[in-house]
Amino acid sequence: MGQIDYGQVQRTASDLYVRALKLIPPDVTAAIERALEHETKSGARDILQTILKNVRVALDRNLMVCQDTGIPIYKVKIGSNVSVDGTKLEAAIRAGCADACVTHPFRSSICDPLTRQNRPDSTGDHIPVVDFSFAADLDGIEIRMMPKGSGSENMTWMKMLLPADGVKGVKKFVLDCVLRAGGQGCTPSLIGIGVGGTAELAVKLAKEALFRPIGRPHPDERIAALERELLDAINRSGIGPMGLGGDTTSLGVHIETADTHITMNPVAVNSQCWRSERASAHMYADGRIEFGY
Amino acid sequence: MAQFTLATPVTEHDMRQLRVGDSVSLNGVIFGIRDATQRRIFDDGVAPPVDLHGAICLHTAPNVKKEDGRYVPVCIGTTTSTRMERFTPGLIEQYGVRGIVGKAGLGEGSARAMQRYGACYLAIVGGAAALETTQIEAIEAVYWEDLMPECIWQLRVNMLGPLTVAIDAHGGNLYEQVREDAAKRMRDVYRELGLE
Repeated sequence: MGQIDYGQVQRTASDLYVRALKLIPPDVTAAIERALEHETKSGARDILQTILKNVRVALDRNLMVCQDTGIPIYKVKIGSNVSVDGTKLEAAIRAGCADACVTHPFRSSICDPLTRQNRPDSTGDHIPVVDFSFAADLDGIEIRMMPKGSGSENMTWMKMLLPADGVKGVKKFVLDCVLRAGGQGCTPSLIGIGVGGTAELAVKLAKEALFRPIGRPHPDERIAALERELLDAINRSGIGPMGLGGDTTSLGVHIETADTHITMNPVAVNSQCWRSERASAHMYADGRIEFGY
Repeated sequence: MAQFTLATPVTEHDMRQLRVGDSVSLNGVIFGIRDATQRRIFDDGVAPPVDLHGAICLHTAPNVKKEDGRYVPVCIGTTTSTRMERFTPGLIEQYGVRGIVGKAGLGEGSARAMQRYGACYLAIVGGAAALETTQIEAIEAVYWEDLMPECIWQLRVNMLGPLTVAIDAHGGNLYEQVREDAAKRMRDVYRELGLE
């Protein structure tokens, strides 16, 4: 049974926050490059080129891609070959999150919801959001990090549809929401959709869908077909990058589902901006560590 | 679609020559402002401590650090303008602001004030803050430091852009055009998907 080095967890939590703010995942860059190949409007092409130039500048000069340091979210998956003290693990992640903000340094975007008073180090009540899950076949622990930007997080919707509304109701709700948002949330977006579960599970699934690399369809072909259909419909709107017109409104539509109650039909939409910021680390039981996206 | 390079402060003529879809780059001094800055100006009735006539304002709350007592940029990007709609007509009418650099656009009240007084909304590429930071040469002054990071930031810029003229001084509004066009296109899409 491997032992967790909580100091290493803290350093990793800090590194993940900074990596997510500076390194755009390769699947995201590839999706923007593909969009540029197909984009027919010159204004939209200029914006996509500026986006790609920005990604290169951030990399070359070690800069943050966007100024929004987001709401930090950590998703921790724990394998069965490590022994974990959950309270120490959570404390280490929280401390690592604050370290990143204070030592880099970068702007803390976190504030009290009533007084709006700013917190100094990107942490606060219930922030960072830390989720735990477990997997029997995982060696060690896996930490996925997303500093979720507010521009896109503000483009979130949830509705308890009726069972009689069916899948058509889900499609209409998603399209209505995405069209109303226009270019808000920095299009071209990634659209995360949660269908089923309870109200809060639907929203959580919509967020989980944003962690999936762009271009990887849902393994269930029925759901993958729905993803393709909605992406095509959204891009036919002509809203385009930044809402200024074009063929590229979204880079992907990702759907995650859960079973639900016989009298319920919950749907949630959580959008993500073009940078689709995320970073991951796999800490093996033998102490090795591998960073990814 | 023409390309322009403008130096600040700008004139009414500078702004009236721009049309929706044109591309603009800016040189000179611009002022970073945000929600809290404008709540102080308009809700608390405190006049800004700098002259904003002919000014271009950027919707931002920068990441900065202090070196030898001066602020230097870590990362300066642009925030969503739609939240600032209720303040913008006042900035134009009362304080003489001639341009807003932001993302996602502004509402009808701002568009009307822009048409009447000769001002424009210049859309930057949201999220492209690394590039934007390299176009900001210096933070020349910071006013209302107690509102950190939503102070008034006096920034010297070199070829800030490319910016797209998205609302012009002639009633043109690119966001509106795109929205109307999208509504028309989606009627067909909804019909094909059987969603009507």
